[in-house]
Amino acid sequence: MSLALSVGLLAAAGVYLVLQRGMIRIILGFVLLTHAVNLLIIAAGGSARREAPFIGGETSIAADPLPQAFVLTAIVIAFAITVVLATLAIAGRGDDDTESEQAENDPEVSKRGESA
Amino acid sequence: MIGILEALMPLFVGAPLMLGAVLFVISNRHPLQPIIGLGTLLALLAGSGVLLAVTFDGTVLSHQIGLWPGGIAIAFVADSFSSLILTAGAVVAVISFLYMMASGESQSPAIPALVLVLMGGVSGALLTADLFNLFVFIEVMLLPSYGLLIFLSRRGELSASRLYVVVNLLASTLFLAGVGLIYAIQGTVNMAALAGAGEDPATAIATAVSLAAIAVKAAVFPVHGWLARTYAAASPAVAALFSGLHTKIAVYVVYRISAVIFEGQSAWMLAILIFASLTLVIGAFAALGENNMRSLMIFQMVSGIGFILVGISLFTPLGLTSGIAYMVHHMIVMGALLLTVSAIEHTYGTGRLDQVSGLRTREKFVTAAFVIGSLSCRPSSVFWVYR
Repeated sequence: MSLALSVGLLAAAGVYLVLQRGMIRIILGFVLLTHAVNLLIIAAGGSARREAPFIGGETSIAADPLPQAFVLTAIVIAFAITVVLATLAIAGRGDDDTESEQAENDPEVSKRGESA
Repeated sequence: MIGILEALMPLFVGAPLMLGAVLFVISNRHPLQPIIGLGTLLALLAGSGVLLAVTFDGTVLSHQIGLWPGGIAIAFVADSFSSLILTAGAVVAVISFLYMMASGESQSPAIPALVLVLMGGVSGALLTADLFNLFVFIEVMLLPSYGLLIFLSRRGELSASRLYVVVNLLASTLFLAGVGLIYAIQGTVNMAALAGAGEDPATAIATAVSLAAIAVKAAVFPVHGWLARTYAAASPAVAALFSGLHTKIAVYVVYRISAVIFEGQSAWMLAILIFASLTLVIGAFAALGENNMRSLMIFQMVSGIGFILVGISLFTPLGLTSGIAYMVHHMIVMGALLLTVSAIEHTYGTGRLDQVSGLRTREKFVTAAFVIGSLSCRPSSVFWVYR
């Protein structure tokens, strides 16, 4: 149950942030979204009914290693793409339409928006 | 003979990745750069040709890497469908690379290396037997594409690259969630073990989540908008390479999942048919409103993807045959058309239709190539199969 709630919370926060205009917020949103998916995969391994795989323990209730391998791979991939996104956020001219309409009218705010 | 070929299948992924790594290390002016780059792509083409010849009669090659037992090992499978698409993809890659060498784009740092890594991912995505590894190989294919798009875009103009990375990351995340859900229900993500699993409603919905994610990558209506905005900003040869590989890999995955997991259940096929038909019509109409040759071709491509998907949604032997035939045809013809348009853009500095008038008399060869390409663009050449 706590896993399901965490997935829902992370996905909701991630979607909210991805829908924002600033690139940094979008990146943070993706970080949360990928965490939500990672937790989903961990939950797919039936973590509620299994226990830690200790040597000499009961093998029938040992944790499923496959989702953990999936998540490990997914974390590395998500990390790599986050770095690409972070590079894209600071490289190039600020040609993205990231400022809010209020900022376009206010030169002081729009300058801050470009540096963010 | 077949045993050796099966054991060599991991090389389709391993060799481009390793040689790509070598190309990263040596200087980009080094004479070995184009030789290794083109040589690897030609070897990949030859290898996929051999795979196609062996699997053409219906033989299925499979290999468990490291000879680990099934379920633990990373499994590679080649059948005639995946070999055919791999061969067509290798043709597109060789021709795009030749164009890159001619236009000097392959002289830019890291470009040949990125193309090789990209092809390693493409072979992996086509040969893997497992949905999670499919996700991994699609990412292996996408990461170098981000590089190609960013390095070869006009200086400072990165909004198209940002859009491309964001859209693909979102689709990949959704696909991964779908794979996780399938694992939760079925306890496996091996495609052969999932055959017919779509009978179970929960599995069918989990699979639909993955298919929705793949539909974004295939640029199916209503999630096709990113394609025109990103491919139009890519460098010409890169656009040809992407059009032949990326969207087509996604379409291949739709074919594979629909055929294996859903086994052509009519309700799901009807859903695919509706979206495919809308893509077909809207892509074609959107092309009418374009003034730029490249954007025109890209909407033509969206329309073509609709055509290909109609083939799977009919799910009859004739529908599948014509869909696959048109898919290979589309990879090659679209690549050819995009490269023709690129040649015009490269020479005249613009692709706007109102600024390049009168080309017919000045560029006879380009015109001929374009006319042949455009005439074969519509599936009239394979349309008889639909009857």
